[in-house]
Amino acid sequence: MMRINKLPLVLMLIVALMVGLVPATMAAEKVESTMTLATTTSTQDSGLLDYLIPIFEKEYKTTVKVIAVGSGQAMEMGKKGDADVLLVHSRAAEDAFMAGKFGSVRKDVMYNQFLIVGPKSDPAKIKGMTDVKAAFKKIATAKKKFVSRGDNSGTHTKELSIWTALKVTPAGRWYVESGQGMGDTLMMANEMNAYTLTDEATYLSWQKKTGLKEMVRGDKLLLNPYGVIAVNPAKYPKIHNKAAMAFVEFMTGSKGQALIGEFGKEKYGKALFTPSAK
Amino acid sequence: MNLFEITHLTKVYRDRTVLSIDKLYLERERIYAVLGPNGAGKSTLLRILNLLVEPDSGDIKFVDGQLLKQGHKSYDMARRMCMVFQRPLMFSTSVYNNVAYGLRLRKLPHREIERRVSEAIDFVGMQDFINYPATKLSGGEMQRVALARALVLRPEVLLLDEPTANLDPHSVQVIEEIVRKHHQQFGTSVIMVTHNLFQAKRMADEVILLVGGEVVEKSNAEDFFNNPSNERSKAFLDGTMVY
Amino acid sequence: MDAIQFLIQQQSEIIEIVLLSLLVSGSATIISALIGIPLGAWIGLNNFVGKGLLLRIVYTLMALPPVLAGLVVYLILSRSGPLGELEWLFTPSAMVIAQCLLVTPIITGLSAAAIASKEGIIYDHARSLGATRMQAVWTVISESRTGIIAGIMTGFGRAFAEVGAVMLVGGNIRHYTRVLTTAIILETRQGNFEMGVALGVILLILSFIVSSIVLLNAKDFNLGEV
Repeated sequence: MMRINKLPLVLMLIVALMVGLVPATMAAEKVESTMTLATTTSTQDSGLLDYLIPIFEKEYKTTVKVIAVGSGQAMEMGKKGDADVLLVHSRAAEDAFMAGKFGSVRKDVMYNQFLIVGPKSDPAKIKGMTDVKAAFKKIATAKKKFVSRGDNSGTHTKELSIWTALKVTPAGRWYVESGQGMGDTLMMANEMNAYTLTDEATYLSWQKKTGLKEMVRGDKLLLNPYGVIAVNPAKYPKIHNKAAMAFVEFMTGSKGQALIGEFGKEKYGKALFTPSAK
Repeated sequence: MNLFEITHLTKVYRDRTVLSIDKLYLERERIYAVLGPNGAGKSTLLRILNLLVEPDSGDIKFVDGQLLKQGHKSYDMARRMCMVFQRPLMFSTSVYNNVAYGLRLRKLPHREIERRVSEAIDFVGMQDFINYPATKLSGGEMQRVALARALVLRPEVLLLDEPTANLDPHSVQVIEEIVRKHHQQFGTSVIMVTHNLFQAKRMADEVILLVGGEVVEKSNAEDFFNNPSNERSKAFLDGTMVY
Repeated sequence: MDAIQFLIQQQSEIIEIVLLSLLVSGSATIISALIGIPLGAWIGLNNFVGKGLLLRIVYTLMALPPVLAGLVVYLILSRSGPLGELEWLFTPSAMVIAQCLLVTPIITGLSAAAIASKEGIIYDHARSLGATRMQAVWTVISESRTGIIAGIMTGFGRAFAEVGAVMLVGGNIRHYTRVLTTAIILETRQGNFEMGVALGVILLILSFIVSSIVLLNAKDFNLGEV
């Protein structure tokens, strides 16, 4: 037979090298227990998790695998047993999740605000309003551009609930569904001179890039509550329930709550989330 | 002992009979030119002799044994001959490695391979190109390497399929000289398919004329060119044969 | 620039991400080559009923959307899926499997095409020079190496650059399943565009280095000793 020569050898060497290196770099994280947290992109993208998780990991000697997706996908992961604990903001869906016995415990953790943001020119003249329904109505009547997430996320669900309360079915050229994350949707709204509904945390971290202005805030309807849910171990015995329960305790306990209340003050001059555990 | 004894050989492609030879005996240590119009089955005959193409029927005896009998093929015997194609394929490696290919397949000792390869490369006058990438050679040079690659195996018979069809006159002369020299020094039998009547005149001891898959005439070259016995041979030589 | 400062600060994490990217896509490419080259050679060298259909299926799978490959692997590896017991979801192994689904058809299809284009004439030459059937097949494969290597590199490029599959089955977990492309998505989502571009440049540089190494070695990859 002929010699295949060096090519596969070189490839194998590269792989062997990497196999040798990767565990070494990951060894530090390897503790006796791990768990999977499925959460919304807003908690990751705002930096909250990067701030909280290392403290939790140190305290409980566990490793948290954070998977940041939309609230809808996060709860789907819980239903399939692919996540041990959820941190989400989609109250109606959370209640349905609990009613279906997919979760063993659900607790309020914190809330932040939704805002309507829009271009400085404010074509629908809604700046300073405090009634979100009235503001939505004005945008729809004037047919001024509005960008919706359109991705079944917590923010999208909130937006739809407002339209439903108004008995308005948004449709037409003025109503754009981005199908993207909050940051991309803010960028799109800015490019199109459009309004959009956003959570405050994402808005603040993208403010410099977009130039969008805050239009409406303070309505009770615009509260954005986050819940933490431990996935029911009865359905999937392999769920890491102890770590999940530890996370629920941590997030709703005095230490976690205090940390949440501080987050963002340094960078934005105000807290991004308000602790709300009872 | 004859070189080849071909009997009842037929080959059909789809529904066209490309070869139908009832009996054809070839002698050893001769140079045969196989002539004939396009599609006469010349190349097919050569490929069948080298066991590259399977005929539909027929037996072939080769020197002291049965090369092909009732569909049973002896590849060991086929290893005693070697073919050079019209368009030589060079393996993408050096001239040396190209020529060494067949010897390595035969698992010869390293030393002997080295000795025989450089002999063969000298024989075709390509010693200056021994480490040169074979695919970058000119057409004539490639054909010389292809000849060396075949001759290094010391074949009892060399099968040449229009080896000079695409070459310039000088290269044609070089190739013919190599074949003739090898034939004279080692008594190698040669079966050469060619389009070129003048080449056949220059090279061949014997001529076989194939038309439509059948042997029209097989005779001594001198007789064939001076006194063709067959009307169709005359027409072929006159250029009046329409095909 | 901020991005460059950030790159230097985050050096060890970026090296970790780069190594995982190479490990995942490299392993997926090697596994796919081990399946795809023999399969492609078999398709290229043989004539059989249904060959045309098989080739069309392979070519169709070459256009398999990464997200779809990821979704299929997700559903299979999910705790509620058939292979949930393995607990492979959100691990590098799951990412390798998903990328194999993407890369194997590419290497198979391009190998088959490369081999089929030269098959007859090389095979005849090798047989005439005394090769057995297996030796002749090996010669054909070896002589088609340029095309096969192009297939391997195309496959690696696809694996290395795709994000849909690894995002879904890997989950972009920090220190564990985060690779260059998912890191780019994360940075973009957070509005750190410069950082996203910087990681993209790293990805392209690595691609360039890998293909250079492969092509350099491809020169030596020849018949050599039989």
